[in-house]
Amino acid sequence: MSVRRILMAAAAPVVAIVFSVAISSVVLLIAGTSPLEAWMEMLSYGTRLETLVATANRATPLYLAGIAVAIGFRMNLFNIGVEGQYVLAALLSASVGAAVDLPAALHVALIMLVAMTVGSLFAGVAGYLKVTKGVHEVISTIMLNAIALAAVGYMLRNWLIDEADTSLNMKTPEIPPSGRFPNLNGVVETFTREITRGRELWGFILVAALVGVIFHLFLTRTRVGYDLRATGLNPFAAEASGVDPKATVMRTMLLSGAVAGLIGLPEVLGDSYKYDLAFTRGLGFTGIAVALVGRNHPAGVAIGALLFGWLDSAAPILDVVGDTPREIVSILQGVVVLSAVVSYEVVNRVRRSQEARDAAAATRPKQEMEA
Amino acid sequence: MTALRELRSLGNSVVLRWTVAALGLVLVLSVTQELARPETTDLISSGTAEATLRRAVPILLAGLGGIWAERAGVVNIGLEGMMILGAWFGAWGALEFGPWWGIVIGIAGGAAGGLLHAVATVGFGVDHIISGVAINILAPALARFLSREVFAQRPGGGITQSPRVDSVGDVDVVFLSGGDLFGWTTPDLFGWVDDRGWFFVSDLCAVLSGITSDVSWATLLALALVPASVVILWRTSIGLRIRAAGEHPVAADSLGVNVYRMKYLAVVVSGGLAGFGGAFIAIEQTGIYREAQTQGRGFIGLATVIFGNWQPVGALVGSLLFGFADALQLRDRTAVHSLLLLAGVAVAVLAIRAVWQRRSRAAISLAAGAALLLWWYSVTDKVMGELPPITPHLATLLVLVFAGSRLRMPAANGLRYRRGQE
Repeated sequence: MSVRRILMAAAAPVVAIVFSVAISSVVLLIAGTSPLEAWMEMLSYGTRLETLVATANRATPLYLAGIAVAIGFRMNLFNIGVEGQYVLAALLSASVGAAVDLPAALHVALIMLVAMTVGSLFAGVAGYLKVTKGVHEVISTIMLNAIALAAVGYMLRNWLIDEADTSLNMKTPEIPPSGRFPNLNGVVETFTREITRGRELWGFILVAALVGVIFHLFLTRTRVGYDLRATGLNPFAAEASGVDPKATVMRTMLLSGAVAGLIGLPEVLGDSYKYDLAFTRGLGFTGIAVALVGRNHPAGVAIGALLFGWLDSAAPILDVVGDTPREIVSILQGVVVLSAVVSYEVVNRVRRSQEARDAAAATRPKQEMEA
Repeated sequence: MTALRELRSLGNSVVLRWTVAALGLVLVLSVTQELARPETTDLISSGTAEATLRRAVPILLAGLGGIWAERAGVVNIGLEGMMILGAWFGAWGALEFGPWWGIVIGIAGGAAGGLLHAVATVGFGVDHIISGVAINILAPALARFLSREVFAQRPGGGITQSPRVDSVGDVDVVFLSGGDLFGWTTPDLFGWVDDRGWFFVSDLCAVLSGITSDVSWATLLALALVPASVVILWRTSIGLRIRAAGEHPVAADSLGVNVYRMKYLAVVVSGGLAGFGGAFIAIEQTGIYREAQTQGRGFIGLATVIFGNWQPVGALVGSLLFGFADALQLRDRTAVHSLLLLAGVAVAVLAIRAVWQRRSRAAISLAAGAALLLWWYSVTDKVMGELPPITPHLATLLVLVFAGSRLRMPAANGLRYRRGQE
């Protein structure tokens, strides 16, 4: 029984990935290039140490984004606003980080606290509108995304810009060294060869892992986490058993926003030390994809984030070596998401009908005996 | 016979109401224009009217797309992705076969996105939002891939843009805006009155001149889709079935309606409309396919669905409003500042109406809002450039917060439906 359950759980993602690779291969064949060659190139480039470091660096913010989205999904709340929340949080926390000077650990902690608070409060707006005015969070977060990005543009241009900088790139002042997050190159290099090409493994990956563990413990070991899951599974039963639905919505949005606030920090604290026009956008939307592929489970989201991170990091080789357009990887990612949600749905349905059959089989002999 | 008369009287009263509302709006604009005179002269002009219409059309088409899907009970936040597909395929079709074929192929591209959404949500029962998000991820990736494969090989094209494409052509209305009639150029009546500079009358003619001269045939087609949607959705049996699928699918099924088929149909039409919107941007508005040129208009279309209370005419009004904000900032940055004055005057008018209707609480908050806007206008001399692009988003949130209880969306909108459920 449990073996079958594990097989069923593994079936959906495997089917999704095989299907996506097949579709992308067909697209490549139509475009006139050899898919096998392309995949082999990606595999050989993708297993190099530098690519793996890039994968981890890309997966770190994606994982945080996936967890932020997953927190909402676990109680059927769609936080589409992760995008706006993390960009706003990155701008404001980078500015605060540059304005103060504190001992190293405190400095980093303050920046993280500011980012989480900003993300949380901005997500809280959508929660508040839902609880008091019944505004659906999908609509409000879509609208708030546009408002957040406009606010970021305005604040950066008028209030937070680095006056000393004369280049065309609008940026906030740089965070002093005490507010930066150390890299893990030394740790990795004790096990492997030296990491070349100036690549650094961002230390923030540890924070992301910690967030995943806390998320898991929160869901399985705390009262609030239980309420959240219960509301997601059956809101009516949860309310009947004394869960306050409005408070749960508020808490979920605030938590989701707090994690969303962290998304920009791996880059800000580990690489750029500022917010500027080159800051990576779009992670909030990719985070939705990562959460969907990972089925909102902390471990699943990690796999999703690593998969997406690896695809992004290994793709550039396609242009360099062969004549395969690297955009095929974006198509692959899109198809993975769509086929993953469809196959989860199908597997779920098969599982449910099988359980119904099992239950019927288990109760039948008893009835015959009674008769 | 009586039914016909009833229909006509209904039509008359609706037409009358909208005419009065439109004239009132022009009056408010005229007054505001006079108040803002030295600062800007572009608040109401034929150029602004023309630009407004041009900017409003893609939003309108996305909005109509949203209405079609949601009337059948399927939430479509994949509109943005379907617009991107429409823009790419529209530009490609225009390059290959000419602008009209571009529009057709753009519609087909969007409809293919709609079909995908329908297969996922209706066929497999995937959550509507999730499927929409997935389509919004997939569409730009596909467009980029195709651009690289197709446009990058051509002169003027690249991996993010197409070569330039021709538009479908414009038309001037005869006698009113100097259109040609069998080779004879008729007088430009609206333009003549516009030039006289009479308060209100000239402004009215400026607006009419703007929307009757150099009108793209595609714009006329898009506008015609508003009454067409109303008639199909509310006056035909297939429209009744589509709306039944969105209000109460179980009841519709029990009456023999093929709910799945209705939902498929509506979502494919929805994608086609969004695709038309995308193709319009590429072919008519910019004359080129450029990556990210839809700029979230699919989401603004979604906003007009709510803003317009799931009614095609409401979506038209919303898209004109948002198109106006868009056009004004494009034409004249200083005119944007007078938008504050305009908003202040408009809210003040609403406050007076609330006093008239003896709704004291609404009157007080509206008056406070008007005072705030007018104060903001008087103490500043320009408005931040970030504000106009987000007017639709702010307006939608405000409508949801303050008038949300008066909106009514289809009862089964966004709910998963499986045949045979209770």
